[in-house]
Amino acid sequence: MTSRVPASAVKGASVDARADSRAWLDALRAVGAEHDRAVARLHELLLRAARFEVSRRRAALSHVRGEELDDLAHQAAGDALVAVLAKLDDYRGASRFTTWAYKFALLEAGVRLRKRAWQEREVVLEPAAWPLVADARQGPADLAETDELMQAVRQAIDSCLTEHQREVLVAIALNGVPIDVLADRLNTTRGALYKTLHDARRKLRSDLATRGFTLDSI
Amino acid sequence: MDKPTDDTILERLLGPADPELLCDECFEKLDQYVDLELQGAAADEHVPGMRAHLRGCPACQEEYASLRALVEQGEQGARD
Repeated sequence: MTSRVPASAVKGASVDARADSRAWLDALRAVGAEHDRAVARLHELLLRAARFEVSRRRAALSHVRGEELDDLAHQAAGDALVAVLAKLDDYRGASRFTTWAYKFALLEAGVRLRKRAWQEREVVLEPAAWPLVADARQGPADLAETDELMQAVRQAIDSCLTEHQREVLVAIALNGVPIDVLADRLNTTRGALYKTLHDARRKLRSDLATRGFTLDSI
Repeated sequence: MDKPTDDTILERLLGPADPELLCDECFEKLDQYVDLELQGAAADEHVPGMRAHLRGCPACQEEYASLRALVEQGEQGARD
């Protein structure tokens, strides 16, 4: 459960974090040897984050050689370094500098690793995961209700969505295609695809509500 | 991978009911959200729409979980 402590109450504890973040910014904005040392430290930090991500996903990438994965971590750290340096003026101090920098490395590594995991897989845009057998964990009343709702969702997908919305929804929500893998295959961006997914979901919810379905628990 | 239940499939298809951020906004605020959470602050009040987006976007959820785990690990290391 999330604590209700307001942000202002924890500011006192973050004085060290602010000083540390200031030191990072000053060093990265310095010139000469101080700048070079800061960039090298930053690269080390980003490489650690990228390798952390590799280690979290190693099980799903057991068919990929360790050397290749480490190469992916290096590429991710390199691209993250470029992004962090280019966006340094966007850092507003809302988090520790290191937390802010980490997210770039985790994004770069995550995207690369998801793409690598799907490299030899076909991206299917047709439904492949509609449940053929109802979920045995539900009771008879729940089963009938879920069945009816599932049928209504299928109808709404067919009747309310555009072809593009249907393909994106099916690929991501039913077939489990990672959003950046799909973005790559459809030559678009993750942000644009999520907007499509979001709009499709709103349409489905609206259609189901119009037809009297209560979706409070979903 | 476990076979998804009907409820899981419905959740994936219908997404979160609450208003949510989109991926770009999520990335922009993810560091702030994680740090607030780890400080015990009211992250959901300060970054509305983040929790709903993380429920609806598997890729952002993965990045959130990794960032939180990485920062936690760093804090643990600093305490040890």
